[in-house]
Amino acid sequence: MPADALTFVIRRIGRATQESVGRLGFATRFFALVLYHSPAAFMRLQLTFREIYFSGVLSLVIILVSGLFVGMVLGLQGYDALNKYGAGDSLGIFVGLSLVRELGPVVAGLLFASRAGSAVTAEIGLMKTTEQIAAMEMMAVDPLARIVAPRFWGGIISMPLLAALFSVLGVFGAYIVSVRLIGLDTGAFWGNMRAGIEFWPDVTNGIIKSIVFGIAVSLIAVFEGYVATPTAEGVSTATTRTVVESSLAILALDFLLTVFMFRGGA
Amino acid sequence: MDRATIDFWVGLFVVIGIGAVVFLALRVGNLTSLQRTPSYRLEAAFDNIGGLKLRAPVKAAGVVVGRVDRVRFDTKTYRAVVTMSVDQGYQFSKDTIASILTSGLLGEVYIGLDAGGDTQMLADGGMVTKTQSAVVLEKLIGQFLFDKAATLGEAKNENR
Repeated sequence: MPADALTFVIRRIGRATQESVGRLGFATRFFALVLYHSPAAFMRLQLTFREIYFSGVLSLVIILVSGLFVGMVLGLQGYDALNKYGAGDSLGIFVGLSLVRELGPVVAGLLFASRAGSAVTAEIGLMKTTEQIAAMEMMAVDPLARIVAPRFWGGIISMPLLAALFSVLGVFGAYIVSVRLIGLDTGAFWGNMRAGIEFWPDVTNGIIKSIVFGIAVSLIAVFEGYVATPTAEGVSTATTRTVVESSLAILALDFLLTVFMFRGGA
Repeated sequence: MDRATIDFWVGLFVVIGIGAVVFLALRVGNLTSLQRTPSYRLEAAFDNIGGLKLRAPVKAAGVVVGRVDRVRFDTKTYRAVVTMSVDQGYQFSKDTIASILTSGLLGEVYIGLDAGGDTQMLADGGMVTKTQSAVVLEKLIGQFLFDKAATLGEAKNENR
């Protein structure tokens, strides 16, 4: 019967919509609860420090190496393209702007989501699977305050620092390639960079972006871990979802923020 | 992992992270020009400002002495009135000439100030009366072609 098939399809759509709206609503309430329990994360700073160590300090190696190589490639490709129009001297602006405005926050955010976000999800998910979270609730310890809030804030604090380090290493990588290897003039590289990049709005907007990405990645990571199905399969699905959702969120938010920040370029 | 080790690494991480932001601010971006040195305002009216943008530099003898604050169109005189803020440390005489210049063929547009010999200085809100408009490249090329055609025409007439 075609009518049955039609109602079936419509039912499926309706159910999917209900589920996603419900999930979004739950995520929003979860976000509010985490914010409500945040003072606890700052009352017991040691917990947050621990999370900054695990998500920030241990992500340093991959962030720094990636930044250096992205910068070196930007230097090579940018010089190649710009030099065709005799504008090789402008390499500093090109590298600096693309790193500070876009690549620093975005690539550092993507790496952070895969390196630290997935780990947080897996950790919370596994705690749930092994009933550690239930045990905490039994002992009247709020897992949102003890487990979730410190991880959430640890991510938010780490992210802008990692993005800034990524940009600096990128600029340094471009400097090595263009000045040391290709032989661009040092003064032209730094001078043009400083002339073309303003602290306000370029650098500050990059920092705002990285803070927003930090909030998004941390929230997705703790949320996915907290609502993970408490099985081995559930934890692995939650980890995958964290990486996919954070990456998509970063790209979508980046587009939105760029539209608002650099529209018209006045 | 004991507490002291974690504290050490987190502290180091935060310090080099903040160092990176400072590096971006001072070395990559030019935060130094953001420092609000006391400045005063000057106005100048131009027939055509070309591609002059807000925050464009104001230079005297090539040195940046200020920035363009505001550009508006005066409907009474049909000229563009540019407001610029100039560092308090730099004083300009009343007969200063302001001209709209371009650095290089395709470079940024800026305002050049050429000081005159007057002993009286421009005060806050003062008007630079002597101005030179932007050179519009298209007009220049048009004029060149026109002149060239005219001389060619004359040459033909003489040959006849």
